[in-house]
Amino acid sequence: MTITRERIEEYLEALYKLREEGKQAKTTEIASRLKVSAASVTEMLKKLADSGYVKHESYRGVTLTEKGLKAARKITRKHRLLERFLHDILNIRGRDVHEQACKMEHALSEDAEKALCRLLSNPQNCPDDNKAIPPCDRPFADCEKCIGQEIMPLMDLRVGQKGIVALIRGGRGMIQRLTDMGLTPGTEIRILKSAPFHGPIEICVRGSNLAIGRGVAMKIFVEAKK
Amino acid sequence: MTKIVIALAGNANVGKSVLFNQLTGLHQHIGNWPGKTVERAEGTLHFKGHIIDVIDLPGIYSLSTFSTEELITRDYIAVEKPDVVINVVDASVLERNMFFTIQLLELETPLIMALNQVDLAKKKGIIVNHEKLEELLGIPVIPTIAIKGVGVHELLEKAIEVTKKARTRPAKIKYGREIEERIERIAALVRKLKIGYPARYVAIKLLEGDREIKEIVGEISSKTVSVAEKCAKEIEHIHGHACSTVIASERYNIANRIASKSQQLVVPETGLLEKLDEITIHKIWGYPIAVTVTFAMFFTIFSFGNFFSDILNVALRGVKPLVETVFGVGMSGTLIWGAIEGVIAGITIALPYIVPFYIILGVLEDSGYLPRIAFLMDNLMHEIGLHGKAFIPLILGYGCNVPACFGCRIMETHRERLMATFVTTLVPCAARTVIILGLAGKFLGIGWALALYGIDLLIIFVLGRIAFKVLPGGPTGLIMEMSSYRVPHLNTVAKQVWFRLEEFVYIAFPLMIAGSFAIKVLEVANLLEPIGKAMSPVTMTWLGLPAITGVVLIFGILRKELTLIMLAALTGTSNFAMILTKTQMIVFTLVTMFYIPCIATIVALVKELGWKNALYITLFEILFAVFLGGIAFRLLLLV
Repeated sequence: MTITRERIEEYLEALYKLREEGKQAKTTEIASRLKVSAASVTEMLKKLADSGYVKHESYRGVTLTEKGLKAARKITRKHRLLERFLHDILNIRGRDVHEQACKMEHALSEDAEKALCRLLSNPQNCPDDNKAIPPCDRPFADCEKCIGQEIMPLMDLRVGQKGIVALIRGGRGMIQRLTDMGLTPGTEIRILKSAPFHGPIEICVRGSNLAIGRGVAMKIFVEAKK
Repeated sequence: MTKIVIALAGNANVGKSVLFNQLTGLHQHIGNWPGKTVERAEGTLHFKGHIIDVIDLPGIYSLSTFSTEELITRDYIAVEKPDVVINVVDASVLERNMFFTIQLLELETPLIMALNQVDLAKKKGIIVNHEKLEELLGIPVIPTIAIKGVGVHELLEKAIEVTKKARTRPAKIKYGREIEERIERIAALVRKLKIGYPARYVAIKLLEGDREIKEIVGEISSKTVSVAEKCAKEIEHIHGHACSTVIASERYNIANRIASKSQQLVVPETGLLEKLDEITIHKIWGYPIAVTVTFAMFFTIFSFGNFFSDILNVALRGVKPLVETVFGVGMSGTLIWGAIEGVIAGITIALPYIVPFYIILGVLEDSGYLPRIAFLMDNLMHEIGLHGKAFIPLILGYGCNVPACFGCRIMETHRERLMATFVTTLVPCAARTVIILGLAGKFLGIGWALALYGIDLLIIFVLGRIAFKVLPGGPTGLIMEMSSYRVPHLNTVAKQVWFRLEEFVYIAFPLMIAGSFAIKVLEVANLLEPIGKAMSPVTMTWLGLPAITGVVLIFGILRKELTLIMLAALTGTSNFAMILTKTQMIVFTLVTMFYIPCIATIVALVKELGWKNALYITLFEILFAVFLGGIAFRLLLLV
């Protein structure tokens, strides 16, 4: 049996969501979310590993690779943009929003995604659970002039890696507090430490060390430095 | 003699309070800002024929008024106009500190910079050229090492000099052209209005969308506000970021430019403190260290506490006979003894535990360990909807709930303060530990005592989670500075302990005295028994406890451990196995653990959260404890 792109994307989306929630990607958890048997999850994860989307780590279970993460962000973004579209423009409510978006996301082209983003004037959160919509991997400020740089949540950087602050999503108070501490757009951040059990991270910014909770770090988007 | 008012302003953890202590010595007064739950420290000193008042403003990072501390600082500087503001700056984090300096310059207040911790900065490989800094900022810059008193004298001399000369000549902080143009446009409008703040400052704040300034200006001229809003929109359009973010970025760019021009980077030394930092938040070793520190802290507190409590008890044993001989054993004698007993109880029970607790806490705080614990525990605290910082008051709660309630001030939003304070009142304080150990531990075995502790933790977790779900609003994430480890400044720690103790004594002692007196009145009026009887449907029928416990529980409102002491006094035996069955002991301990915050804690709740919230928490805990005790009673009968 060949696996469809659709299946892969469904899995990547589930893994991304688990990651966002700070939960371990257990086979049983994935199975219950995707409403499939544990056996088929195991089989699928193997295939995903073969194509370089995920890797098995003995103590952390399955995690997304860099390639996997990029693809997962993309499909999650499409999903959440579509949810906003269905909710805001078509006025659809309830579970239908999620289910429709689930089916439509796989068919959405890059250009359509861009257009959708523009139509909705670059929304930040999806309507049902208020999760942040991953930003497009182009410079966010001006949707017209895309050059194709990659922007990711601060949480996705490894310890020791550096990133440049691109944008912060969240309430005014939080943004203000972060900018006051020196996290203004264009600032370089270095990840110093990451607490275990999905705890906060410690970063170095403008010569001072800050502890940033995981939830906050998911809302700070950076351009990774090579 | 002339009088000069100096205000100390700066970021948190820059050695501001150490400098304050160096300046003012013992002549200090620590209170709260009027109507606010923010500490206000004030002191006086005499220097070369001047009387100098020093005000230690709260440690903050910005003047954007998202917190009460920021608002207080801004209003104080702009409205009360101190003669000089000393901006205390950590030389090792110059850029971040100067972000605040720039905002102080914008307030157009006479400013001096105390470039503090120059020694630590050097160890970190940062050498700051203070003359260059002085030239770039246009204000006097004095290098200091507050902890050793270095530079304090020069600082005072400079401060006096500044007050004599009309002004320093601070550098103009210039933003980008597109912003400057708009600032000028708005400032021109603001100049026509009569506002206490400098016009340029108001213009910048309007662009930033500052709520308070908008209101003030809006009342006089709504046109100015709408012009500012339009300008902000234009800037947003040019930069693609919120205007407040753009202005913050520009300020940081200026800070960065000045910092890089005036500092020189050399090879840092890695000392013991850096290694300590490495290991105390290590992903494996950090946890056992945190547990060890916590246990060592409790062990020390309880061994010291027991020791001194016994000594004080013996020492004060003569007071009762003395009272009886002077006032007799009649009604007045009994009532007076009631009041005095309150004082004695405070001295013998509360102080021996609270003093060592405050000392250890002060050392942990001043050394910089607490943020590390908060870092490690952040994830755990998120389970009950709080972030890592809430772990600190929670730990405080194990000593005494009163300072723990005050400790909840470190939480950022009202909602989080409410939740953290609520959870804190459930933490078994030293007094409750006395009951758990003295009743369950002694008569049922240490296993039961630990089990009850475990149940307490579980209940904290469950109720915390429920509060998290029930209260409107979302959680705030952790954003906290991890300042470097420091050797604690013992003088500062001692002062901190002293002032906390003072606060505690002021709140707790009058209540202990009044309460102890009130109960004696009930006793003299023969009302205790009827009250106990009136409570019997709850105590006897629902909880299955002896009738006497009703009275005892009333005593416990004063101080939790009184439940046990009074039980012994009223039944005439301290062998509780004679009067309580095993089941009753468990139920009794459970109920006393939760049934009401003690009276001092209730007062702390009122001070921190207002009457309404204090009442809700108190009522909830009474109902909850009764409910829990009844369920436990029935479950234990089944076993």
